[in-house]
Amino acid sequence: MTQASAEEAQTVVAARRLRDAGSVFIGVGRPSTAAILARMVHNPELVLVYESGTIGAKPFHIPLSIGDGELAETADFVVSVPEMFNYWIGPGRVDVAFLGAAQIDRFANLNSTVIGDYDQPRTRLPGAGGAPEIAAGCGEVVVIAPHNPRTMVERLDFVTTVGHGDGPGARERLGFRGAGPTAVITDLGVLEPDPSTRELTLTATLADVAVDDVVAATGWDLRVADAVAEIEPPTDDELDALRELLSR
Amino acid sequence: MVNGEGVRCAPTGRVFTSRTLGCNVRMAEIVTLNEALAELVRDGDSVALEGFTHLIPFAAGHELIRQGRSELELIRMTPDILYDQMIGVGAARKIVFSYGGNPGVGSLHRFRDAIENGWPRSVEVEEHSHAGMANRFMAGAADLPFGLLRGYRGNDLAHHTQVAFIKCPFTGEELAAVPALRPDVAVVHAQESDRAGNVQLWGIPGVQKEAVLAAQRSLVTVERIVEELEPRPGGVIIPSWVIDAVALAPGGSRPSYSLGITERDNDFYKAWDVISRDRDSFTAWIDEHVRGAVPAR
Repeated sequence: MTQASAEEAQTVVAARRLRDAGSVFIGVGRPSTAAILARMVHNPELVLVYESGTIGAKPFHIPLSIGDGELAETADFVVSVPEMFNYWIGPGRVDVAFLGAAQIDRFANLNSTVIGDYDQPRTRLPGAGGAPEIAAGCGEVVVIAPHNPRTMVERLDFVTTVGHGDGPGARERLGFRGAGPTAVITDLGVLEPDPSTRELTLTATLADVAVDDVVAATGWDLRVADAVAEIEPPTDDELDALRELLSR
Repeated sequence: MVNGEGVRCAPTGRVFTSRTLGCNVRMAEIVTLNEALAELVRDGDSVALEGFTHLIPFAAGHELIRQGRSELELIRMTPDILYDQMIGVGAARKIVFSYGGNPGVGSLHRFRDAIENGWPRSVEVEEHSHAGMANRFMAGAADLPFGLLRGYRGNDLAHHTQVAFIKCPFTGEELAAVPALRPDVAVVHAQESDRAGNVQLWGIPGVQKEAVLAAQRSLVTVERIVEELEPRPGGVIIPSWVIDAVALAPGGSRPSYSLGITERDNDFYKAWDVISRDRDSFTAWIDEHVRGAVPAR
């Protein structure tokens, strides 16, 4: 078997994160692929929750949209959008949320609204969707994003979604229920918030990725853990399952 | 509205020629799509063509483009391809939304071109989170002045949209209040209605029921009209007496889908990324596939 690409490894690392989760909230793209992979290889009981209202979906194919027919047809139950946010997301009934973003800062706050000025944007992004309340309410948040200086920025152009705000105590002051971001999984490694400062810290790298390269790909002065782990490369089982899933 | 018997009727505004049963219950009229929209939607109206990935009322939106409606305030949680098309032809004065992307594909290029470059005209933006929009629709459906949620705290959205923070009178907790949505018109698509205009939809229900109940006037387009609705587990029934008009529009949610009847055309969602990237190819597509198409009858 050919070696895993960085994107494949990122998906596998995200899937491993769901080994012990009861439920995961996911959008489309790599988060969805990772969650389906987790059900295949680690956690067959994992409840997939898609924003469209499909709870307990068991898709065979990777859906293009969060509302593909297969999600509704395979779900344990389907709820309206108001019910999704008011009964399931807000009160914290979902364990883990996978989120993406166009920009991430050192406290794992997220921008998915605009690049540039709000009223005269250079790039208009899709907007908040469910992210602000998902990040506030779900048990924990795992951010999945590409690692480069355009994404990992010193200062967000717009704060769409609060991660750890301005540091310790921020979430508590805002009355958020969930623990907030516990990891940012990139195509270079894993950043985790420092337990005391809440600042994202490089704790693990993918195989063959140098710490200096991760630091160089980060738009702020990235903190590096005393001992940076090397992530176990995807196993044959994981990679087989992922490639088979992608080929469906 | 209070009728002669003093019975509270539908929260929607009016019907064009309401039929009345013995119990003074108003009923939706079954009419053609172009008649319904010509009657219900006027230039400058706020219009919610709702549908959360599923059951998006494309046929109705295309008919609004053919009728040349303009200066619309378009409301929808997820303005995907349909609103991209309506914005691209210049039908929208304002857009109220929470996620403006082509799901799983990327940007909405016409939406971006309007906001970033003012082409073909500038569009006013009012954006929320999904939870905010959902609660705005719920408040509208409940005839309450605002919706209430834990949300918007600490982010920049709060500085750019309609939200206020209020204190719970019982616990003192600070909560976000968002104004009720009351569109002039709601348009939704469903799998079926009966001949009396009672509607049933199933699969992903989105906020369609809330949108119909929140709006002053409403139209439901349907895949088919059946003799009698057979209520399905998990099905959502919207009774005739809260709907103004029902129009038959088979395939009317394509390239979105109507679960059990049509399938989502994921290839088209990908193709739209290419078609819509360029102003000329977008306009050519609209001319050929919307303006040149025969309206559904």
